[in-house]
Amino acid sequence: MPFDPAALQAIWLTLKLATLTTLLLLLIATPLAWWLARTGSRWRAPLNALVTLPLVLPPSVLGFYLLLALGPHGPLGQLTQALGWGLLSFSFTGLLIGSVIFSLPFAVQPLQHAFEAQGQRPLEVAATLRARPLDAFFTVALPQARTGLVTAAILSFAHTVGEFGVVLMIGGNIPGQTRVVSTQIYGHVEAMEYAQAHWLAGAMVLFSFVVLLSLALLKRQRGPGLP
Amino acid sequence: MSEQALQIRLTLPRADFALQVDLRLPARGITVLFGASGSGKTSLLRCVAGLERAQQAHVAIAGEVWQDEATRLFLPTHRRALGYVFQEASLFEHLDVQGNLDYGVKRARAPQARQTLQAAIELLGIAELLRRRPAQLSGGERQRVAIARALATAPRVLLLDEPMAALDLARRLEIMPWLERLRDELSIPMLYVTHSADELARLADHLVVLARGQVQAVGPVQQVLASLQSPVVVGEDAGVLLQGRVAERDGDWQLARVAFEGGELWVRDRDIPVGQSVRLRVLARDVSLTTTEPHHTSIQNHLPGRIDSIAPDAHPSQVLVRVRCGEAVLLARITRRAQAMLHLQLGSIVWVQVKSVAVVQ
Repeated sequence: MPFDPAALQAIWLTLKLATLTTLLLLLIATPLAWWLARTGSRWRAPLNALVTLPLVLPPSVLGFYLLLALGPHGPLGQLTQALGWGLLSFSFTGLLIGSVIFSLPFAVQPLQHAFEAQGQRPLEVAATLRARPLDAFFTVALPQARTGLVTAAILSFAHTVGEFGVVLMIGGNIPGQTRVVSTQIYGHVEAMEYAQAHWLAGAMVLFSFVVLLSLALLKRQRGPGLP
Repeated sequence: MSEQALQIRLTLPRADFALQVDLRLPARGITVLFGASGSGKTSLLRCVAGLERAQQAHVAIAGEVWQDEATRLFLPTHRRALGYVFQEASLFEHLDVQGNLDYGVKRARAPQARQTLQAAIELLGIAELLRRRPAQLSGGERQRVAIARALATAPRVLLLDEPMAALDLARRLEIMPWLERLRDELSIPMLYVTHSADELARLADHLVVLARGQVQAVGPVQQVLASLQSPVVVGEDAGVLLQGRVAERDGDWQLARVAFEGGELWVRDRDIPVGQSVRLRVLARDVSLTTTEPHHTSIQNHLPGRIDSIAPDAHPSQVLVRVRCGEAVLLARITRRAQAMLHLQLGSIVWVQVKSVAVVQ
């Protein structure tokens, strides 16, 4: 048995975190990407930069600020305490919030590119066929951006599975709560348990390879328009 | 123009000029909006559709007001009962042909939607294509599907924005008869934007000529083209259109006799059956004038007529002469010297010699 119960728990937690992160990101990133692709607002450039920020910041920086914000003296921490939810730092929910922010650019960018590539025309056509704007969005813009949507989902999921710095900063390393595969491997290596580390690390390599391969196949099948 | 179906009055500022029109267009047939690239014709069409919002605008169709800035009324595009055919077919690639057709039908909620859809499918001859994806269609087929999709919503006006501009010559020739069929069988008005003289000559019933956002000429196509007030040079030369009917076909000489109100002309026989309505295009440069009936000449098409106006031509050595032959008018380009030598003036009786005639449909 290559995976002990602790490893299985870490894998389960990782998958749960990545799935929830992906779902939340698609909900948040789709309208955001749509707005960024369409707007002529002067807030577009600053917001675009803000969304892209997690791409260039070291995860520890991001985690540090999140830790402060979610902590007992941070604004979000005070809010969650006032609402009676307690503190989110070092909890699964806190980890989820961090993951969503950390992977935001990976979800927004493919969607934004897909929407930008469509241009205004399909929506104009839909309008001349009597479709209201929201109707046109769901029946034309979104289906035509499906490649971007799939890419955003795959990248968000994979990127969440691979995160480490943010997890360590705001999640700590609590088994069953915040200990995901990457921190589990770290723990094994620290404890010189190379055999267990090997199994988990190998699984990660295989997983990442399969993700990239499927993206490449998707790209070949659907043509250009992917990152 | 007794029935004023379409009323368009609007101002739209653009980068280098302002589009400014005040038009009343007929309830049937094809009105061609003609002009060079960048003359504002596509903008005009987009304003009618509500894809762009013009200032000081009043757009109404058959009494239904779509836009009236005086009362701040602006119906969004999806609430205007129109069909729009874009330059590229713009089919929804994620749906098959049937899905594309159904898209508008479902939303327009017109009475007898099924029959309207079926009629559109038959009118455009696309029954065999319904299960195909847009990617599997030729350019001409895509445009026919796009037209059928627009018609299936039972629109009150059909707007076509250079529907053939993206097609090669062969595809254009393939789709032209379908457009002629639309013109002859639909009871709604069509606004057709183009800068092609051939499309104008074949399709237009009514003509609006635009230049830098201003209307240069408007009226029935034959009248506008034969007008000397503001000669409209369509294509490489001025010329007129004559609406006639094939009266006889001469198999020996491979010629056909086309009769129109005001005379008849022999043209190359193009397998058009006797009785069929045809349109002839006669360019001013192919028409010469004589004061006596010509006999010993190779130009066998000649008609008697009366000069009803003379106007300077582009070059100072030449004039454009308009000759009325019965109900028809022809334009002739001659030199000013010839005009002086023959003593041609308003009211002169002349013989019009037609060197070449093009059958445009």
